[in-house]
Amino acid sequence: MKTLRDIKVGGTAKVVKINGEGAIKRRIMDMGITKGVEIYVRKMAPLGDPMEITVRGYELAFRKADAEMIIVE
Amino acid sequence: MGIRIALAGNPNCGKTTLFNALTGSNQFVGNWPGVTVEYKEGTYIHDKDVKIVDLPGIYSLSPYTLEEVVARNYLVDEKPEAIINVVDGTNIERNLYLTTQVVELGIPVVIAINMMDVVEKKGDIIYTDALSKEIGVPVIEISALKNTGMEKVVAAAVEVAKEAKPQNPKHNFGGAVEHALAHIEELCLHNLEDENLQRWYSIKLFERDEKIQEKLGLLAETVHHIEKDITSCEQEMDDDSESIITNERYNYITSIIDKCVYKAHRGISVSDKIDHIVTHRIFALPIFALVMFIVYYVTVTTIGTACTDWVNEGLFGDGWNWFGNPDKFQPGIPVLIEQALDAMNCNDMVKALVLDGIVAGVGAVLGFVPQIFVLFAFLAFLEACGYMSRVAFIMDRIFRKIGLSGKSFIPMLVSTGCGVPGIMASRTIENDRDRKMTIMTTTFIPCSAKLPFIAMIAGAIFGGAAWVAPAAYFLGICAVIISGLILKKSRLFVGDVSPFVMELPPYHWPPIGNVLRSMWERGWSFIKKAGTIIFLSTIVVWFLTFFGPTPDGFRMLEDSEIGMSLLAKIGGLISWIFIPLGFGHWEAAVATLTGLVAKENIVGTLAIIYGVSGDTYQNIANAFSPAAGFAFMAFNLLCAPCFAAMGAIKREMNNAKWFWIAVGYQCGFAWLVALIIYQLGELLNGAAFGIGSLCGLAAIGVLAYFVGRKSHNKK
Repeated sequence: MKTLRDIKVGGTAKVVKINGEGAIKRRIMDMGITKGVEIYVRKMAPLGDPMEITVRGYELAFRKADAEMIIVE
Repeated sequence: MGIRIALAGNPNCGKTTLFNALTGSNQFVGNWPGVTVEYKEGTYIHDKDVKIVDLPGIYSLSPYTLEEVVARNYLVDEKPEAIINVVDGTNIERNLYLTTQVVELGIPVVIAINMMDVVEKKGDIIYTDALSKEIGVPVIEISALKNTGMEKVVAAAVEVAKEAKPQNPKHNFGGAVEHALAHIEELCLHNLEDENLQRWYSIKLFERDEKIQEKLGLLAETVHHIEKDITSCEQEMDDDSESIITNERYNYITSIIDKCVYKAHRGISVSDKIDHIVTHRIFALPIFALVMFIVYYVTVTTIGTACTDWVNEGLFGDGWNWFGNPDKFQPGIPVLIEQALDAMNCNDMVKALVLDGIVAGVGAVLGFVPQIFVLFAFLAFLEACGYMSRVAFIMDRIFRKIGLSGKSFIPMLVSTGCGVPGIMASRTIENDRDRKMTIMTTTFIPCSAKLPFIAMIAGAIFGGAAWVAPAAYFLGICAVIISGLILKKSRLFVGDVSPFVMELPPYHWPPIGNVLRSMWERGWSFIKKAGTIIFLSTIVVWFLTFFGPTPDGFRMLEDSEIGMSLLAKIGGLISWIFIPLGFGHWEAAVATLTGLVAKENIVGTLAIIYGVSGDTYQNIANAFSPAAGFAFMAFNLLCAPCFAAMGAIKREMNNAKWFWIAVGYQCGFAWLVALIIYQLGELLNGAAFGIGSLCGLAAIGVLAYFVGRKSHNKK
């Protein structure tokens, strides 16, 4: 299964499912990462983590560990 | 009757600018009861019957963050007459997500689409009439920055407030969900006091919001009953109920965005170009270092310190020369007061109380003010222009390993100058848990006031060895790391796990008025809240230091008679605490106590105590073994900081329990570290292995256990 973490910088992916539960999942979804949305991976932080993505027209920083919760295709 | 209008909106949507434009200087700033979330209210400049309440910036009305809970409790319990929902027009999709929740509360809503100037510049079009029809509330275009549409939006809010027509959301959640919601309403919400809240409560119950279940006081039987409705819906939609609702909201937004918003083709914006350089793989760290250097250099070493020195030595000292002109000498406040008191023939005791107690106390508070103001101006600028989020983005990887946030870097850096602004800089950390941990650990970093003390120990006990000062910094950094590892696993911070999902707002040049206002509010709150505690404790310690029983009765003492002071008596009473650390005598205890007023006082106190006869340094070296001296230094570097910093901790924690937890933790940790240093130091120095050494090893064991134990956070 491919997760957001596997997407290389410059790549785009469509969200299939968000794993996890409770506060973490809710927070991710509140920020607009829901089923079917397109995510563009803009860059990695200078130290390699977190990553910066574009979703719903704005920029979001995301830790790689949390990115593993997002299943994409 | 007055009208209360609540401003609700996402972080970075320009809410603060709007609030400032609407209320001018008629503002009240405080905290929501019991929490560190800022509360702001003000009167509308054109109508004093209209009160405007600025809610914290939030993305959602979930039960998971403090800000969101504060905001929704206010809306549900206080029921303002209207809500102005501020929506960032340049980021409309995500901003409308909060809108879908706000319109469910039954309170009349007006949407203010902010940053319309930027939207137009980009060539985007927002069809506000269509949007208004879709959502069912008035939609007004504004630009808080350019001050357009302000009066129109308040007028619209006042109008809907007067109509008092309950707001009904136009969106629905699709068959299966609506079916479950209807069931829930029927089962437990048909006799609500406020019918308008029925929709809101039913959705929250569907989401299994525990805070709402508790609030409504549902019977276990009822909860069980609705649980069946929820699970059957979940099975049908193959997701959990909370996610179903979130998904449905965004689907709804996508559907109306297509109808109401035209997006011009995006090129690369200026903000993108800036970001490309500022968070560049190679340039990011040098740029970061440069920015931090500027902040540090200006705040701590130049302007801030120059002003602080002027306040301490000029205004609250002997005096200063206007513009450096020796002919225009202006005596300081203490000198003027002394002259006035002399003129009134005051007795010496009153004079000493006023000058050494009260004036010195006020001076101790005000001395930090210039530095704090300079720092807050910087922080406000960095926050408002968008760089602060990038600081977190760049530093996150390092700091999260020890349970802190990337934004903890700034408090730590500033603390090398002074812990007071350092602690206050922790305000920029939104996450409550990260902020508290930063406050608790940031004063472990040696501040500039601790340097003379470090130099004294190095000079007196270690023959001026060059390794002592770096060792003190190393100790401070280790203390931060070890404490981070201990605290992040402790019960205190359980259940607060939140993912690092942070918006990186576009860069923009902040309105200078906002920066200055933020600087003033934060600086003033330091003077008010922290000032009292600093002032009082300075006077108390002054009294204890200069009064005591002598052979000729209880009286005021000379400097050299500190051995007879009440403080020395207290030192004698508590010195047993320090016996295992190798400095269990009243002199060390007294120095530690005066260090609470200001850490540099330790030097003065030791100089008085050990300087009565013979060489001060030699006397200190005779009183402390090398291990004891280093342990003494370690304890004073790590234990509770000075009163000013404790005042700042109290202010920032805004909670007595957390204040005592912080100070208690610092003292306990310092004691353990000093114990280890002394006992093992003696052992290395050739002392026989005894009970003390065993205790030292045991202390290492205790720390290692707390660092290495399983986290309470993991389920």
